[in-house]
Amino acid sequence: MKNKAGDKIKENQARIMLLQGDEAVVEGGLVAGASFFAGYPITPASEIAEGFAEKLPALGGKFIQMEDEIASMGCVIGASLAGEKAITATSGPGFSLKQENLGLGIMVEAPCVVVNVQRVGPSTGLPTSPSQGDVMQARWGTHGDHPIIALSPSTVKETIDLTIKSFNMAEKYRIPVILLLDEIVGHMREKVRIPSAAEVEIVERKRPRPEDREEFNPYQETEDHIPPMPDYGQGFRYHSTGLFHDKTGFPRGKSEDARLLMDRLMAKIDENLDDIILLEDDLKGDEEVVVLSYGSTARSAISAVTRARQEGLKAGWVKLMTVWPFAEDYVARLADRVKEIVVPELNRGQLIGEVERAACGQAGISGIHRYDGTIIPPDEILDKIKEVS
Amino acid sequence: MAKKGRVKLVKPDWCKTCGICIEVCPVEVLELGQDRIKIVYPENCVGCENCELSCPDFVLKVVDENEE
Amino acid sequence: MAEDINRYLRQDKLPHIWCPGCGHGTIMANMLRGFARSRLDQDKTVVVSGIGCSGRATGYLDFDTLHVTHGRALTFATGIKMANPELTVIVVTGDGDGAAIGGNHLIHACRRNIDIKVVLFNNSIYGMTAGQFSPMTPTGATATTAPYGNIDQNFDLCELTRSAGATFVARGAAQQPRQLIKIFEKGFAHRGLTFIEAITQCPVNYGRRNKLGGARDMLNWQKEHIINQTKYESLAAEERQDKIPSGILYQDKREEYTERYEKVIASARGSEN
Repeated sequence: MKNKAGDKIKENQARIMLLQGDEAVVEGGLVAGASFFAGYPITPASEIAEGFAEKLPALGGKFIQMEDEIASMGCVIGASLAGEKAITATSGPGFSLKQENLGLGIMVEAPCVVVNVQRVGPSTGLPTSPSQGDVMQARWGTHGDHPIIALSPSTVKETIDLTIKSFNMAEKYRIPVILLLDEIVGHMREKVRIPSAAEVEIVERKRPRPEDREEFNPYQETEDHIPPMPDYGQGFRYHSTGLFHDKTGFPRGKSEDARLLMDRLMAKIDENLDDIILLEDDLKGDEEVVVLSYGSTARSAISAVTRARQEGLKAGWVKLMTVWPFAEDYVARLADRVKEIVVPELNRGQLIGEVERAACGQAGISGIHRYDGTIIPPDEILDKIKEVS
Repeated sequence: MAKKGRVKLVKPDWCKTCGICIEVCPVEVLELGQDRIKIVYPENCVGCENCELSCPDFVLKVVDENEE
Repeated sequence: MAEDINRYLRQDKLPHIWCPGCGHGTIMANMLRGFARSRLDQDKTVVVSGIGCSGRATGYLDFDTLHVTHGRALTFATGIKMANPELTVIVVTGDGDGAAIGGNHLIHACRRNIDIKVVLFNNSIYGMTAGQFSPMTPTGATATTAPYGNIDQNFDLCELTRSAGATFVARGAAQQPRQLIKIFEKGFAHRGLTFIEAITQCPVNYGRRNKLGGARDMLNWQKEHIINQTKYESLAAEERQDKIPSGILYQDKREEYTERYEKVIASARGSEN
């Protein structure tokens, strides 16, 4: 099994460092076995490329700075098909450019990680200011129906953990995983412990056995819907295409085959929601108001809820680490028993729509939205908790 | 270039009757049929392989005279 | 006897979808003859293609094959080659895919001199989408999007790739299969960015609209206008006007990209110790 960087890093000891979120992506990635990075400079994500440029070659991994964002995405998928654990990092404008090849990655089922350190958009926007404006783009940025996994950390520590999880989920489910940082998490420094690879679960993609070469169907339906994937050069001589295809990998224009493929791609994720959906909550059971948030906004939310409780209010918090697939069932159950769900977001209202859909009128939903490049301070959330209590 | 060879239709069903083989043949061996090329004067074949190398559809192959 | 190409073809996927008289099949077959002569390992070869008529080649070729987004084949190929430099990586592209939407990737792959063999099927038109002009459509020619004649200047892709840093640059044509085989054989043996422009006829969407006749007439046009480089250079400037030089136009040795990266690895490991 080829996993040069991963094999080496296993010898490394756990250590404590002062890191910013962007650097934590590098450290977490290396623990997970990242062996390939392709990217293009962009604020506020360039530190990720810089970190991999420095650290990968010493571990036998590869770094390449491509001519543009589109090329970086293609390069990462190519490296993945050749057997590497590959990652790229960008921000809004680059994330827009990557979308077509991201769709190709979903279609050929190439495991990889795409980091988006969100800044304010649209267009060039506010390049050095935080935003959570790409949440919907992470879900629907590439054209057509498709499955996606997107994780979003709120601390530097979580960035390490979720980078490892991103690689693991990408390998396990054969899918590009989006890691949504925001500029705050990306540039904020915190003291963190980097685990050794021996302490954490590291997942490798299923690979076929050499004897499976005869009669090999690269996109065969399997019990878990995830076909084993050979590395290029192992003699399987298989075909992958962005066209709808059948189990053989060759294009088939028939509706029956198109439906089967789409259903299998979706089932990989839909049948594993318990494994994929990561969230934390602090609920006592008597909450009237629950603040549901993700990313750096969750820091303000937790602080606001702590103060609300000190003031005697019945409040709780939920922090989503998996943004997509959305924790629909969890939110539906929550809405059944609370009066109000408050959703603070650094955008004009994106994930709140999903919350409303899942709550289905069972609880009041109120949003707090900032889209000017400033953060949502705890006071503002506390005021809202008081207002709706 | 084969000294003396014989042209064969190895994949007759793939022929799209474009006629390129006729154009590049230095002698008279081939003719356009209804839905595929026809070898009408095999004895004329000089084994030059022009047809094989030019055919876009991998239909023709020049083999040794003695080969089946 | 000519090399047997059947071992490199996915027999059950043929006949191919290319139109009667299209030269793509001729180019692909002679590419495979060149590959056979090069004695490269079929199991260690990956072919990547983009979108358009040329893009369909990967479906017929019995290697590891990847059919990607429009114009981006070289970016995927770069990832594959960087990941595993032992692999032979071939990109099959067209004049729209490789010179228009993928033009930036082409010049940057050349600049890196990464060991990828780029085979550009140049039929002077967007064939798959039925006849829009490409960066290789000659000025003055007619296309569905240039009904009054093309005002764009077309590229000389061999000059372009050579200037950008490719270390093997060649041009062949469907009408000259023997030269093509030699070009492919030499090109596959070259280490570094290999650019091969293969001129091919599109009788349906280019020839017909420009009154160039059928496939046979278009091949005769190639015969008249595409001449060996040595002969081309012996001509006076005015005689060269309507001629296109073919053959291996340029070859040079320059350190290849993945070899240079091996040195980065060595130096990073050195500084670590």
